Amino acid sequence: MSAAAVHSLWTTAAEPISKIDAPKIEYGQLSPTLIVVGAALVGVLIEAFVPRKSRYYAQVFVSVVALCAAFAAVVALAAGGYGTTKAHVAAMGAIAVDGPSLFLQGTIVLAGLVGLFTFAERRLDPAAHGNRVDSFAAQAAAVPGSDSEQAAVKAGFTTTEVFPLLLFAIGGMLIFPSANDLLTLFVALEVFSLPLYLLCALARRKRLMSQEAAVKYFLLGAFASAFTLFGIALLYGYAGSVSYARIAQVVDGTVTDVDPALANTMGNDALLLIGGAMLVMGLLFKVGAVPFHMWTPDVYQGAPTPVTGFMAAATKVAAFGALLRLLYVVLPGLRWDWRPVMWAVAIITMLGGAIVAITQTDIKRLLAYSSIAHAGFILAGVIATSKDGVSSVLFYLAGYSFVTIGAFAVVTLVRDAGGEATHLSKWAGLGRRSPLVAAVFAIFLLAFAGIPLTSGFAGKFAVFKAAADGGAVPLVVVGVISSAIAAFFYIRVIVLMFFSEPKPEGPTVAVPSPLTMIAIGMGVAVTLVLGVAPQYFLDLAGQAGVFVR
Amino acid sequence: MSFPLLTATAALPAIGAVATAAVPAARRSAAKWLALLVSLATLALAITVLVRFDPDGTRYQLTESHAWIKDFGVRYELGVDGIAVALIALTAVLIPFIILAGWHDADPLETGSRRWRPTQGFFALILAVEAMVVISFEATDVFLFYIFFEAMLIPMYFLIGGFGDRAHEHGEEAAATQRSYAAVKFLLYNLVGGLIMLAAVIGLYVVAGNFSLQEIAQARTNGSLHMATSTERWLFLGFFFAFAVKAPLWPLHTWLPNAMQESTAPVAVLITAVVDKVGTFAMLRFCLQLFPEASKWATPVILVLALISIVYGALLAVGQRDIKRLVAYASISHFGFIIMGIFAMTSQGQSGATLYMVNHGISTAALMLVAGFLISRRGSRLIGDYGGVQKVAPVLAGTFLIGGLATLSLPGLAPFVSEFLVLVGTFTRYPAIGVIATFGIVLAALYVLVLYQRTMTGPVKPEVSAMPDLRARELVVVAPLIVLLIFLGVYPKPVTDIVNPAVKQTMSDVHKSDPKPEVEAAK
Repeated sequence: MSAAAVHSLWTTAAEPISKIDAPKIEYGQLSPTLIVVGAALVGVLIEAFVPRKSRYYAQVFVSVVALCAAFAAVVALAAGGYGTTKAHVAAMGAIAVDGPSLFLQGTIVLAGLVGLFTFAERRLDPAAHGNRVDSFAAQAAAVPGSDSEQAAVKAGFTTTEVFPLLLFAIGGMLIFPSANDLLTLFVALEVFSLPLYLLCALARRKRLMSQEAAVKYFLLGAFASAFTLFGIALLYGYAGSVSYARIAQVVDGTVTDVDPALANTMGNDALLLIGGAMLVMGLLFKVGAVPFHMWTPDVYQGAPTPVTGFMAAATKVAAFGALLRLLYVVLPGLRWDWRPVMWAVAIITMLGGAIVAITQTDIKRLLAYSSIAHAGFILAGVIATSKDGVSSVLFYLAGYSFVTIGAFAVVTLVRDAGGEATHLSKWAGLGRRSPLVAAVFAIFLLAFAGIPLTSGFAGKFAVFKAAADGGAVPLVVVGVISSAIAAFFYIRVIVLMFFSEPKPEGPTVAVPSPLTMIAIGMGVAVTLVLGVAPQYFLDLAGQAGVFVR
Repeated sequence: MSFPLLTATAALPAIGAVATAAVPAARRSAAKWLALLVSLATLALAITVLVRFDPDGTRYQLTESHAWIKDFGVRYELGVDGIAVALIALTAVLIPFIILAGWHDADPLETGSRRWRPTQGFFALILAVEAMVVISFEATDVFLFYIFFEAMLIPMYFLIGGFGDRAHEHGEEAAATQRSYAAVKFLLYNLVGGLIMLAAVIGLYVVAGNFSLQEIAQARTNGSLHMATSTERWLFLGFFFAFAVKAPLWPLHTWLPNAMQESTAPVAVLITAVVDKVGTFAMLRFCLQLFPEASKWATPVILVLALISIVYGALLAVGQRDIKRLVAYASISHFGFIIMGIFAMTSQGQSGATLYMVNHGISTAALMLVAGFLISRRGSRLIGDYGGVQKVAPVLAGTFLIGGLATLSLPGLAPFVSEFLVLVGTFTRYPAIGVIATFGIVLAALYVLVLYQRTMTGPVKPEVSAMPDLRARELVVVAPLIVLLIFLGVYPKPVTDIVNPAVKQTMSDVHKSDPKPEVEAAK
């Protein structure tokens, strides 16, 4: 036996080990997500180790720093050309670092930061037993109305867990639109959904309603997740892979290296169509498109208002990002199949949201239905299947998210003895009592209605233009009609605020801390800047309009 | 770069609006004076525009052009032709009078919240409307025009819904309800019109790729931009619908009587004399220039609608019991004349229509503001509540009569010239329509004279016996308007000189020339 043989014995023994490559992770390019998730973990440690009194400050500090750092990371990546020339697929094919991801990540981080300010607001509710309180339950585990709840309030407990929960949700949302394989997509979906279910249940006032909202959201959300997962399984059966690029190749029929074990099922169109439909359904649920919108009004109404605002803005951004990537990267070869369906969904979403909103009497429910109508408008841009379509959707989402958070932040200010006065009749004559707050809310409503010189108009024009360019003129006409219907109920609120006599026992407007003021101020500033001088941001969205594959 | 005169004319009232709104709650009269000064300064700028404008020069003058939203193909492009100059001048002249006439309209009845500042808001909103109206007359970019055409609705809406007559026959509560009904109706009609136009604006972009009026019009003339016939017609209808709502043309007119009835007299003047002119102006500038073929295609229908407006408006005006509603229906009749003049496609018709816009603004302002003074004295808008005012307040009655006579187009007063031109211009091409439209004049005589007879003559009603005559401030408002009416009635040349070249160009856009006069050969 020669030495060489011995040597070959070693090498054959070593061979299987050398075949497993160490995963190559581009930490720098994933830094926005890593920072946010890392800060969330630090937040959990703070809950465990920092004394109760200083937890609030520690949490707020860590969260703000993390979100600012994450935004800086996004900007640095974009400046480094990762949005355009250096766009590529990172983390072993799991995450796409490209224009749409960076743009949406930037939007989500900023929306999260503004949302965080409304979470941290502690001046709106009167102090209980000498402790300043925020919008969240003193102790989530205490049964509403029980002695233990009163004890928790008396002891001045606050649920500072909301901050790490918020960061986890943001972390998931950052991955969601940039996920480049179906499993990462699903994991991201769960990572941001679960904290949101919890956050919805944590209202300080009207706790039963809040918990009911959370249960509804959770049950329907779990159902939608199941659909998504089933769709993923079917697509895997179809393509033999969960990678976006691979599925797209199989759809296009450009695959050469077929695994013999998969050859039998691969390319089965039934799997593709059913799987694709189920996956899209799951995403449309998160977006809140008709007919998957049923959860929206109840959850928006029951959840603590800061959570509603954050959820309405950031979830929509993340989910539309994922939907865009799915339709543009994975299923473009299938667009003749999905476009008619999405046409129908967009039309009933625009009309349904706008029509049902007319009959609403609660401001939060009204905004919920309005968000459904807006989902329809954005879908019109998604359907365009062009670069303009992508950038118009990106622009719309950026404008819309700040208006939404701002509007819900204003809702937190209008209060009576029972907490927030969300019934519309109580808003009568608000313009007489607090002209400034009413005027700011009117600006948000006008932006929702898409009146010129607000971000809503620029966004709506961009998506309708893209849709009309893509040949969807009837969709634009329906969009215009539902804008007119929607304008009616936004205007009705303005009428109520300015032209109705104030009621003697009406609500008061709380004077917030600078935190909420920043949130509202950001909303107004973004609304006006994107409305009057949108060119820079249109350029940005235009550059970010190309997906990497 | 030369001084951006057009921008300044629009920006000054806009800045003035912000400044007026920012005046502290207690300094109410400072806000009024500030607003008045700003409107006078704007008038000075408008006069400068008028002087610098050369009627025989190029089509669009004093032009400004800057990039704005590149992605939408939108530029900040301003430029005025003769028609725009005349209407800017009209706007700038009327606003100071509107402010003066509404001097006390927005004084708070009781001191509400410390931060509630209706007076500041009222005058700031009027200035904001002025700024937006002026810039829509100046815009030569369709998108820029559209934005201000739409944005104008918001301040108008607050002016209608937020401020009404003090006195109301059904009490304060009912007044507020009706006001907000009128404001919402105004907004919804115009918003629907505007949104349909938005669809057409997007369509225009898809077809033409940019929004510059001059570029598109030029490309259409030299054939480099071809529109399919059906496309052009749809786009035309989208634009025309919005302008017809704004103008307003029968059957889209029903918002106007409500809006004018419920708002204060100065705001009613602002609606009908200033804001509605944007609608008729835009028909001339955008419909005819961008879609000449479709305009000709739609002419028969539009003429019939205009004719219905003329007769129907006048008939309803005869039957009104409410002074302001009467003026509103009279205005609908007059807008019928304007639209008829525009679409008769003759140079007399279009010159007449432009002149009509100016004259109707002045005459309606005179009539309506005096009516407002009358209503504020008696606290009622119903014609039947008045009688014999002539004997108690002769100056008020006299000025009311002159305003009324101007409305019925008495020769010697300005509206006569324009109405005559419109009728002549229509008659040369469409004799039958011209003849029927003449009935509008007869009916106008009826509603104006009956109104005057019932309110001003006859035995003095006890409620009006102590009515004071016009005060100095009110005289300052009325006298110049009457002087203008008489001056332009006798010598309309200054306006026609400015307007005529622009009308000629518009006529050449639609490839129409005046019909040749036909004289039967003498035997």
